[in-house]
Amino acid sequence: MLRKIRILLQVVTMTLVTLLLLGIGFRVHLWAGWVAKIQFLPALMALNFGVLAMVIIAALLFGRIYCSVVCPLGIMQDFFSWLGGKAKKNRFSYAKENKVLRYGFLGVFILAMILGFAPLTTLFAPYSAYGRIVNSLFKPLYDMLNNWLAGLDAANDRYNFTEVQIWTRSVTTFVVAILTLLILAFLAWRKGRVYCNSICPVGTTLSFFSRFSLFRVRFDQDKCKHCGMCEKNCKAQAIDFKNGTVDYSRCVVCGDCLDKCKFDALHYTSQKPVAVAKPVDKERRAFLVGAAVAGTSAALAQTQMKVDGGLAVIEDKVAPKRQTPITPPGSVSARHMQRHCTACQLCVSSCPNNVLRPSTDFMKLMQPVMSFERGYCRPECTRCSEVCPAGAIKPITREEKTTIHAGHAVWIKENCVVLTDGVSCGNCARHCPTGAIQMVDYEGPNGMVKVPAVDDNKCIGCGACEYLCPARPFSAIYVEGNEMHHIS
Amino acid sequence: MDRREFIKHIGGAAVATSVVLSACKNDEKEAPVVGNIIDGQGEMTYRINPNTGDKVSILGYGMMRLPVEEGGTLREHPNSPVDQELINQEIDYALEHGVNYFDTAPVYCKGMSEHATGIALARHPRNSYYIATKLSNFSPSTWSTEASKAMFENSLKELQTNYIDYLLLHSIGGDTNDLNSHELFNTRFVDNGILDWLVEQKNAGRIRNLGFSYHGDVDIFDMLLKWHDEGRYHWDFVQIELNYLDWKYADELNTRNTDAHYLYEELHRRGIPAVIMEPLLGGRLASLPDHIVKQLKEREPETPVARWAFRFAGTPEGILTVLSGMTYMEHLVQNVATYSPLRPITEEEDAFLMKIAEEIVELPLVPCTTCNYCMPCPYGLNIPVIFDFYNKCVTEGKIPVGNTEAREYQEARKRFLIGYVRNVPSLRQASHCIGCNQCVEHCPQKIDIPTQLHRIDDFVEQLKQM
Repeated sequence: MLRKIRILLQVVTMTLVTLLLLGIGFRVHLWAGWVAKIQFLPALMALNFGVLAMVIIAALLFGRIYCSVVCPLGIMQDFFSWLGGKAKKNRFSYAKENKVLRYGFLGVFILAMILGFAPLTTLFAPYSAYGRIVNSLFKPLYDMLNNWLAGLDAANDRYNFTEVQIWTRSVTTFVVAILTLLILAFLAWRKGRVYCNSICPVGTTLSFFSRFSLFRVRFDQDKCKHCGMCEKNCKAQAIDFKNGTVDYSRCVVCGDCLDKCKFDALHYTSQKPVAVAKPVDKERRAFLVGAAVAGTSAALAQTQMKVDGGLAVIEDKVAPKRQTPITPPGSVSARHMQRHCTACQLCVSSCPNNVLRPSTDFMKLMQPVMSFERGYCRPECTRCSEVCPAGAIKPITREEKTTIHAGHAVWIKENCVVLTDGVSCGNCARHCPTGAIQMVDYEGPNGMVKVPAVDDNKCIGCGACEYLCPARPFSAIYVEGNEMHHIS
Repeated sequence: MDRREFIKHIGGAAVATSVVLSACKNDEKEAPVVGNIIDGQGEMTYRINPNTGDKVSILGYGMMRLPVEEGGTLREHPNSPVDQELINQEIDYALEHGVNYFDTAPVYCKGMSEHATGIALARHPRNSYYIATKLSNFSPSTWSTEASKAMFENSLKELQTNYIDYLLLHSIGGDTNDLNSHELFNTRFVDNGILDWLVEQKNAGRIRNLGFSYHGDVDIFDMLLKWHDEGRYHWDFVQIELNYLDWKYADELNTRNTDAHYLYEELHRRGIPAVIMEPLLGGRLASLPDHIVKQLKEREPETPVARWAFRFAGTPEGILTVLSGMTYMEHLVQNVATYSPLRPITEEEDAFLMKIAEEIVELPLVPCTTCNYCMPCPYGLNIPVIFDFYNKCVTEGKIPVGNTEAREYQEARKRFLIGYVRNVPSLRQASHCIGCNQCVEHCPQKIDIPTQLHRIDDFVEQLKQM
């Protein structure tokens, strides 16, 4: 029963988290956004005490159920562990708790958090690790499916799906995601929850509380025949059947042992066991999460827009080297972002304008930065601030957004088409949502021309000018980030 | 000289050329062959040319959008040869049903029109039809006396005849970057002495009627009529753009155009017969927004929408013939029915059509015929597709209007924005127009392309920010 409930909840969580991280349409962040907000580390970063208290109380009452049914990385490992179990049955055995590694690493992690050493905190944040896997590996597949559906829609004059761009936002993040997936899949296949019980800082933290949990798996020594099936099927390697003990700091309350015990000797209860009825159901069940996550992507056609001879070739834009990276409005400052972001990529997935991408800067590794080669931070959009579970991008309204100066535009005379091509332009000024740019007279080599002049006090750093600048590959006007956002 | 350069040089002539191209586009939108019982039950209506006594059919066959072998017109298959077999059939049908005025030009259909028309007509007695062709000396290379004369002689050869019934100075009133409309007119027809030479040809019987087709600067139109009044030159006929939209709203649609009622009245007052082009205004009057179609159909459910426009163009006294560039046999059959005989527009119907015109004029359309001459835009925009998408949304009533909170509005908004990106990838959308104005001089309609693109972009921006 416990196992069935656990699997059901896992399917629900995993489906919601994955849909959210895929950034599917249908206003997913409105109805599934909560599942990211109850994640432990993001809640800690956001100082969301309600969530933290809930998770801790749950651990005190029921043990580490969080690790079983809330953490998507844990659920993912259960999936691979289950696959491993298919290949080799009854493969686990009790192992002692590796306290040095566990507490040593937790210490290092806490230190990194205090020091704001983002590469380490983001790399080992469990939910964020899963976020990167979805964003880097599954989202392109989903986007292909989406574009295929958009093609069908277009052919049938329907308007549900819009074609999106499919692109790798950061190679580093992509590699990290693949390595994370491979290493965890391998570990889980061989050793079950070994990562959660030796490295994961959230797992270790919750273990302090789960040791004292009210409900727990207890042995009924009268009934136990010492067959060892419970231990052999404990993916946490927490059961020592010879001594009839369970290491509650590592038990993730999966319920597998309860189902495996043919003698009804194990119970998940708040009391020392008394005689109870026979366990009900032992039939195996398909594990749906994997299917829901991966989807099938065999025949995904991409509808390509036909280009005829009458169209000029458009060179791709190349990102300028910004001295100060731009962080999205709501992130307060580069430091605030660095301290709070767990690099789950939810904002990156959710950004409808292809602006956000993971940073490749080591100290901000995989945390979001803005760039405007494929779009700009549109005035009506506050999506990233709505979805961020860690408070790294604080919720802002559209109106507030107009007052947040995340950066300022800089004109690069050498690239400006007014001077290079000898044409009139002003596309930056025409599209500036705050009217920060005006065209002023300028004595060029071929007479008077109109060039853009930026009023830094009005510029909010949205990148409209940079994206819509006709100069390619380098725009003649680009945004430099503000270390701390100015508020007007 | 490539096509683009050619157009650049001819500038003023571009309008005439645009007729070809716009024509090529909209045919398929004309109404299907479903006759109503009111029309097509009798004989073709004829008008008498007071100069020569010619009995001209009110339906004239425009040979500027000929069918091509690969299907459709040159617009769809620019490199295909014309479908001579179908053209022959169509001309046979036309003659058989009383159509006797055939209008071509040296520039039509990449120069293939006169040749094809000549082949088809030569299979019939020369006195059973009237040929109209033009002196299309747009390109600077044809401005010399010799080149212009050669163009006329070549027309005779292509049309397999030794006289032209109706010869037109092709598209007067245009200009180029370098020459204003007066300078261009003088260069094309006066300085090289070609106008006087044409008069000689007329006196020699090689031209039976001499006239001009007009588009653009009304000064030139007025000047030529003044010459007529002064007896300096005599115009046997004049070709003008006339339809129920241009009647009162030509300048509203395109500031360089003049209302058709003025042009018509100037001619009628002098007893000069008018030949009508663009009776459907590039097909627009055959493809109308639903709410306007509804009004037309409520009056006469079985009458094709386009028929109203043809009836209107043929009604005024002194109209010699109404040209229709008929690609497909079905259009020909339809139009023959419309004019066999012409059911003139009554006064009450006229008021009704003026009200319809007023409603059409209020639609914020871009007068683009998607001729693609503006392309390629150096900054990568797909100008004609942007205009085409926008115009389609306007005519089909798919522009979000009304209460922005309403579900219908939101649905229309979504369809518009998704449809826009489907038709035009974001890098080629109007937001990327920098206003460099390089396209403007290529546009035969002289559309202020950047202004129109910025208008559409503002509209899109407004929708997006909703």
